[in-house]
Amino acid sequence: MATTFILNGKAQTVDVSPDMPLLWVLRDTLNMTGTKFGCGMALCGACTVHINGEATRSCITAISSVAGKRVTTIEGLSADGSHPVQQAWMEIDVPQCGYCQSGQIMSAVALLSKKPKPTDADIDDAMSGNICRCGTYQRIRKAIHRAAEMQSKA
Amino acid sequence: MATASVVNRRDFLKTGAAGGVAFVIGFHLAPRAFADQAEEQEKKIPNPFDAWVRITPDNHVTLVLGKSEMGQGIMTALPMILAEELSLDWKNVKVAQAPTNPKIYDHGTGGSGSIAGSWLPLRQAGAAAREMFITAAAAHWNVVRDTCKAQDGGILHGARKNFLTYGELVSDAAKLPVPDFKTVPLKNSNDFTIVGHDTRRFESRDKATGAAIFGLDSRVPGMLFAVIARCPVFGGKVKSFDAAKAKAVPGVRDVFAIDPVPQGAFTAGGVAVLADNSWAAIQGRKALQITWDEGPAASESSASLHQQFLDNAAKPGKVVRNDGDAGATLAASPKKIEAIYELPFACHATMEPMNCTVHIRPDGAEAWVPTQAPQWAQDVIVGVSKLPRERVIVHTTLMGGGFGRRYQADFVMEAAQVAKVSGKPVMVFWTREDDMQHGFYRPASYHHFSGALDAKGNLAAWKHFQTSTSIEAMWNPKGKETPEKSEFATAAFIPYQTPNCRLEYTLADSSVPRAWWRSVEHSSSGFVVESFVDELAAAAGADPLEFRLRLIGGDRKIPDFTNPKEGKPLDTARLKNVLRLAADKAGWAKPLPKGISRGIAGYFSFESYTAAVVELSLKDGAVNVQRIVYAVDCGRPINPEGVRAQVESAAIYALSASLHDAITIKGGRVEQSNFNDYEMPRINEAPKTEVHVVMSTEEPTGIGEPGLPVVAPAMCNAIFAATGKRLRRLPIRPEDLA
Repeated sequence: MATTFILNGKAQTVDVSPDMPLLWVLRDTLNMTGTKFGCGMALCGACTVHINGEATRSCITAISSVAGKRVTTIEGLSADGSHPVQQAWMEIDVPQCGYCQSGQIMSAVALLSKKPKPTDADIDDAMSGNICRCGTYQRIRKAIHRAAEMQSKA
Repeated sequence: MATASVVNRRDFLKTGAAGGVAFVIGFHLAPRAFADQAEEQEKKIPNPFDAWVRITPDNHVTLVLGKSEMGQGIMTALPMILAEELSLDWKNVKVAQAPTNPKIYDHGTGGSGSIAGSWLPLRQAGAAAREMFITAAAAHWNVVRDTCKAQDGGILHGARKNFLTYGELVSDAAKLPVPDFKTVPLKNSNDFTIVGHDTRRFESRDKATGAAIFGLDSRVPGMLFAVIARCPVFGGKVKSFDAAKAKAVPGVRDVFAIDPVPQGAFTAGGVAVLADNSWAAIQGRKALQITWDEGPAASESSASLHQQFLDNAAKPGKVVRNDGDAGATLAASPKKIEAIYELPFACHATMEPMNCTVHIRPDGAEAWVPTQAPQWAQDVIVGVSKLPRERVIVHTTLMGGGFGRRYQADFVMEAAQVAKVSGKPVMVFWTREDDMQHGFYRPASYHHFSGALDAKGNLAAWKHFQTSTSIEAMWNPKGKETPEKSEFATAAFIPYQTPNCRLEYTLADSSVPRAWWRSVEHSSSGFVVESFVDELAAAAGADPLEFRLRLIGGDRKIPDFTNPKEGKPLDTARLKNVLRLAADKAGWAKPLPKGISRGIAGYFSFESYTAAVVELSLKDGAVNVQRIVYAVDCGRPINPEGVRAQVESAAIYALSASLHDAITIKGGRVEQSNFNDYEMPRINEAPKTEVHVVMSTEEPTGIGEPGLPVVAPAMCNAIFAATGKRLRRLPIRPEDLA
């Protein structure tokens, strides 16, 4: 069944089973591998994308449910890594293995769009759905504050 | 089939069989062994321009990485060493993964040994290349070599106008004889501008933009995606299966059984489902109807293992060390302290689940493998494909975490088997449930300690009985196991002085696969030793820091008891230094705010020294770790910022095993399945972690793992300080705090 949605600003049509999760459509059908598979049950956040601006776990989101909606993935955040959150991630040297970081960044961007000056408690609330097995949490926190600072100056 | 034999942990060369081909892997190689022992003798020193440094005539510099990047930052730290000796401009350096070539590279990445083992060889290689450039430049200008020096990626003679880039010199330099590595002049460390300086990770940008390619991101035209249904009981097999419903799932292309490889790769076998995409493969597997032959392991449980521990502990173990007479001293002691500790199996839970992509064609094979052991991966594919080694290309990809799990070859073996049958490029990938239920776990262990204090509060006797499941026992025939030499860390080193010391060990049987889990035996030994010493300090009425320092005593080097010849000794001065530094930075002597308590631990592992002070509060049966202050001495830090990152990471990994994680067994199978029942610490649980790095000039040693062992004991010691309760089993359970 064909489904059409807006992927990183462009119309995209895929002809796949309607219950196929968006995660696998992105990764296997469209070969956009920036969005990661970690648990398949919305427990780890590695697959986080934005759907109409909301941070969403793509691993449990059926493709049929995104028809007509705006989907943003890590690849759509900036063409060149220039998004303030990405810049802050590089400046603070957040990633270790890096596997969860696409999801972390997508959650952080969604947080900052709602709360441009988040407190530590805001960060805990918004980011606790994203597991980092390398334990980069302290740097994630620091990078979100740094990105907030960069965005306020922009 | 080659016979398996294990020497000992320090130069652990393991031999087994993979697809009928013998292979050897080196794990826990003593770092120095890499540089100057057996391996080195077999390897001819390669021309650095063939092995490590690629410079094009238009001056593009690529440094070659002979180890695997799994988050530990080796992709940055090792090239820094080469760049330093070559006086390169770091900003212009690129890094490429080495191809598998056992004649040049020792790819195995584990045992916190990459820096220690590569430090000298890479310095020598970089220095040799630099000297070759100098010779080439001197010849070009027809001047004496002494008037030329390396600077900013080229050779300078006199004024700036006499400057040639390496690119301009490379075609001449690469043809010159390679200087003797033993005598090649190494840069004076006072002149270092890269080594010892905080350096951002080479691949941060790719990891912040989604461009980084992990194993699971490998894409090959025409590839299929496959999952395998494995018997939930360890050692169980497929009795029969019906694939009709699985094949009816849209996108499923093929279903077939693969054999188990019980020794070496340690795979379960099972039924493979190959599909056009991952989702279809998962759906197809759900539709399979399989009857399992569960085998004898179906009766094993965590309860039966605990009973086995108790039965073993009721009998004397194998005596590993016996100084003086601990038994008589303990019997006569007025102040005797006893404690029993127990730790469960633990799962690595790398964020990127296991996967491997293989294409076996009649004329050659190609594979994309997120592995800590690329050479082993190649050996496995050579064995399965029956192709000559030179026709099997292995690409080592980035890894979404390793922690020891990716030092196995099970996921490679399965993919090779499936690819061999299919003939198409196939990615075999694991779901999270597969990962948790078919892993290789940190061994479960049980420890009985007895200690005696004399009237002055000195340690009159120390007895440690350990019974545990073993990694080494996976590899050795029954009756020939010697885990007491490789996995009984107390047997190697006890920094605390006592005239009467008795160590006993009994191996426990289990069908649950075991392997190296970040910090290996030290995750358990650090907990039990540093907890028990705290118990002794409390019994002596002494300050935990002062008690440790007093028992460690004067400055001396304690030889490795289990491997006195090759093991590097424990330097008590360095251990005391990190204990004092962590305490000082944490304000050990200062009073704490109400509701906060603190504990300390110090430990030696992977030739590095770590100490941590943990501050925590307790509320409603929950532990809230507020702050961890570390001091670490891993010799000369190559990238101090990388060292701090690794220790911050180890802190969270340790928290997961202390607060949450246990793999439990029932009916021969793992009871946990995903992050809902095997929980990870999340950002709201992450303490503030300060890492104070000793800017040592000693030889560099490991740091990927040594941050881990001190956290659990320092936490439990802090809980004791707050409550007077000793927590002697991990993970901490709410009922243990009540």
